[in-house]
Amino acid sequence: MTDPIAPPPKKDPQAVTLRPELPPVQRSRAALKLTAAASRGGFALQVCDACGTVSYPARDACAKCLSTALTVKPVPPGGEVIAETTIRTSTDLYFRQRMPWRVGMVRLDAGPSLVVHLHGDVAVPGRVRMIHKLDKGGNAVLMALPEGRSAHMEDDPEYRELTASPKHRRILVTAGRGAVGQAVAQALLKAGAAHVFVGVAEPWKPFAGQEALANTPGIEVVPLDLTDTRSVAELAASIGGKTDILVNTAEHVRPGGAMDGGMIAAQDAFAVNVFGLQRLAQAFGPAMRGRGADGVNSAAAFVDVLPVSALAANPAFALHSATAAARLSLLQSLRAELRPGGVRVMSVFTGPVDDAWREHVPPPKVAPAQIARAVVTALAEGIEDSFVGDVAKDVAARFYDDPKVTEREMSQ
Amino acid sequence: MPPALMKRPRAPYRDIAVAVPVSLPYVRYSIDSAHWWIARALKALCDGAGIVPADVDGLSVSSFTLFPDSAVGLTQHLGLTPRWLDNIPMGGASAVVALRRAARAVEAGDATIVACIGADANQVDSFRKLLSSFSRFAQDASYPYGYGGPNGSFALLSDHYMRTTGTTREDFGKICVSQRDNALTYPQAIMKKPLTMEAYMNARPIADPIHLFDCVMPCAGAEAFLVTSLDVARDLGLPHAQLTGAIERHNAFPDDPIQMRGGWEMDIDELYGMAGTTPDGIDVLETYDDYPVIVMMQLEDLGFCPKGAAKDFVRAHDLTSAGDFPHNTSGGQLSAGQAGAAGGYLGLVEGLRQVTGQSLSRQVPGAKRALVSGFGMINYDRGLCTSAAILEGPGPQEGAGT
Repeated sequence: MTDPIAPPPKKDPQAVTLRPELPPVQRSRAALKLTAAASRGGFALQVCDACGTVSYPARDACAKCLSTALTVKPVPPGGEVIAETTIRTSTDLYFRQRMPWRVGMVRLDAGPSLVVHLHGDVAVPGRVRMIHKLDKGGNAVLMALPEGRSAHMEDDPEYRELTASPKHRRILVTAGRGAVGQAVAQALLKAGAAHVFVGVAEPWKPFAGQEALANTPGIEVVPLDLTDTRSVAELAASIGGKTDILVNTAEHVRPGGAMDGGMIAAQDAFAVNVFGLQRLAQAFGPAMRGRGADGVNSAAAFVDVLPVSALAANPAFALHSATAAARLSLLQSLRAELRPGGVRVMSVFTGPVDDAWREHVPPPKVAPAQIARAVVTALAEGIEDSFVGDVAKDVAARFYDDPKVTEREMSQ
Repeated sequence: MPPALMKRPRAPYRDIAVAVPVSLPYVRYSIDSAHWWIARALKALCDGAGIVPADVDGLSVSSFTLFPDSAVGLTQHLGLTPRWLDNIPMGGASAVVALRRAARAVEAGDATIVACIGADANQVDSFRKLLSSFSRFAQDASYPYGYGGPNGSFALLSDHYMRTTGTTREDFGKICVSQRDNALTYPQAIMKKPLTMEAYMNARPIADPIHLFDCVMPCAGAEAFLVTSLDVARDLGLPHAQLTGAIERHNAFPDDPIQMRGGWEMDIDELYGMAGTTPDGIDVLETYDDYPVIVMMQLEDLGFCPKGAAKDFVRAHDLTSAGDFPHNTSGGQLSAGQAGAAGGYLGLVEGLRQVTGQSLSRQVPGAKRALVSGFGMINYDRGLCTSAAILEGPGPQEGAGT
C-alpha cells in the first residue's frame, strides 16, 4: 500500500532549489506517435493493419509481416508483470535525483513485452493494468498499475511524476468573476489543493458568487486584471514563487462574423484571450520553470481553458474563434518553453459554455461544473489535451480525422 | 519448405590458424582515443608476428568509441592499404564474428593475414555518452525507465532467471569469486584484490538483484589476434590454434517473453559437429560474462548442463583455472575489466593463449581445446547477438609455445 504524501514543510529560504532535470527526451518519430496518443489519455500501441500484430517498441515496419502500415490504436491494457528491479544508481541526472526507481517487465496480453515504470503496489509476478502517460520531458511512457485500486495509489512517487496532481499544491485561477473560474477553484480545493488564489479584476465591483469565494477557507481572492501588464506583474511579484499550478479560465466572448462588429470588441477579445495569456506566461512562466523539481509542491502545470473553436473556426463567433486559434498557438510555444522545467502545459478545450452570450446557441452546452471536473482530471491524470462536453469531443474527433472537412462542417 | 530453401549446414573450416594473442593492459580512465589503442594493438600484432603493417592485407575492427570514424577512416589514419576490410558493431559477440568472417576471407583468398582488433577508449564520461546513443529501441523504450543502462536490463533478466530456476545470489557469487581467483593470476587484470563470498554478498545494491560485484568495470584497452592459414602461420613460425567450428545468431527466440536463453541453443549441435567434439571434450571455457546470469545461460545453451540447471552445475564444480571446470581463466570481464568492444575479445584471446601454451594467467594443464562464446547488444530488453567458436592447439608444452 502506498504511503500518503504528507503536506510539505514550509520552504527553507536558504536551501538550494533542486534544478529541474528531465528524463531522456530523444525519441524516434514512431515513438512520438505514441506520445501524441498518450497526450489525449488512454492506452494505445502500434497495430499492424495487415496482420494485426501489436508492436512495441514503436517501429517502422511490422516484425511479423514487414508491412509498414502500422496504426496507433487502443489496445487492451491487461498484462502480467514477470520481472522487476529497483534501480539504485544511474548516470542520468533526472533519475539520480529520484533514486531508487522501480521498473518491471510486463508481458502484455496483446503480445509484446514492455519495460515499464512499476507502481509500488504491484506484486511480482502478478496481473497489472497498463497506462500510457507523459513523463516530465513530455514523452509517452508506460506504467504498470495494480489491476484494482489500492489506497493512496495516486501518491506513488513514480505515478505522481506522470501527473500534475493538485494535492498539496498552490494554485492560481485567473478569472474569479466568472462561474467557470469559481467552479474550478472550488473543485481544485476539494481535490486536495493546499491553497487556491482566485484572480478578480476590479475587485471593488461586486459580482455573483463573491460571497461563496470569500467564505471558503483555502480560497483567497487576489486582484488580477489580465488586460493590465502591471496588475499581472504585481500579482506575480507577490505569489509567483508559490504558484505551483496556474489555471487560466479567462474568456472574452461576443457573437458575430468576420464582417460584423467593431474593432473595439475585437481588440478587447484579443486583449483578454490572447494577450492576457501572454502576460500570464511572461509574469509567471519563468518562476514556474525554475521550480519544476521543488519537492512535493513543485511547479507542475500551466492550464488554459479554451474554446474548441481553436481547432476549427465557428463562423458565428469569428473573432472569438480567431482568439482561440491564437491562444492554441501560443500554448504550443509555451509548452516547448516550459518543458525544460518539467512544467506541463495543458489545454482543456470546451464546447459552448452555458452563459448569457451564448444563450442563442443550441444545446448541448457545457456547465461550469463540467469544466471544473475536466480541469481536475487533466491535472490528476496528466492529460495534455482534454475535451469537455459532447461538442468539443465531436469537433476533436472530426478534426483529427480531417481538418479541412471539419472546417466545412463547422460552417453548415 | 522447398528443397532450395532448406538450411544447409555451415561448411567446415579447413586450415584456419589463429595466432598472436595481444592484450594491451587496461586502464580505468585514459585520455587516449580508440584510434590510439587500435594503433598500438596493430603494432603489437605486427611485432608479435615479425611482419610489417603492409603485410596485413585484411583488417577487422570493433569499437564503440571510434565515432565519427569506422574501419574505413582507420585505413588512412594508420597508413594501411588492405584488400579486405570489416567493421563489426556487435559488442560482446564481435570477436568470434570477426574470426568467422576473417576465416572465410582467408579460405577464399580475399586476404592472407587479417588483423582482428577490439579496442575502446574510456574517458571520464565516455560511458554515459555511449549509453545515450546506443540504439533506437533503447532510446525510445528502455532508457526512459530509470536509465539503469545495462545494469537495469540485466537486473530484469536476473530477477526473472532467479524466480524461475531457484538460482540464488550465492550461485552468481560463486562465478564471480572463482573468476577473481583466476584474475589474481593474470597480471593485467584491473581487479587485484581477492573477493570473498562475504564481500560479494555484502556489496552495495546497484539494481536489485544486481550488486556491485555482478558488474564489470568499464575501462580502456585493446585485444587482438591474427587470422591466417595454417601454412602461413607455420612459415612465420607462429604458435597458433586451429579454428574447428564457429557459429553466430542474431535475435533468436523473439517470442520469448523475456530472455531465458540465447541463440547458441539454435546452433550448438552444429558447432560441436563441425569441431568433431562434445561439451566433454572442452578443456577451457571462456564465456561472455558482463553479468553472471548470462554465464549461467551459456552453461546451459552451450550444452554443459540442462536448461535451468546451471545453478546445480556451478555448485558441483570448481570453476577456477586450477579446478575441474576451468572457466574465464583470466578473470573474465568481471575481474579483468571491460574495455568496451575489447570485452568481447577478452575470452577469445585468453582461450587462444591457453591452448597454445602462452598463457599470462595460470595455465590450465593439458588445455588443448577451448570453447569461446560471445554475447552482445542489449538493443531493447535482451541481448541480440550470440556467437561461439572452438579453437584447438598443441596445449602447454615443455619450454612453452610451439
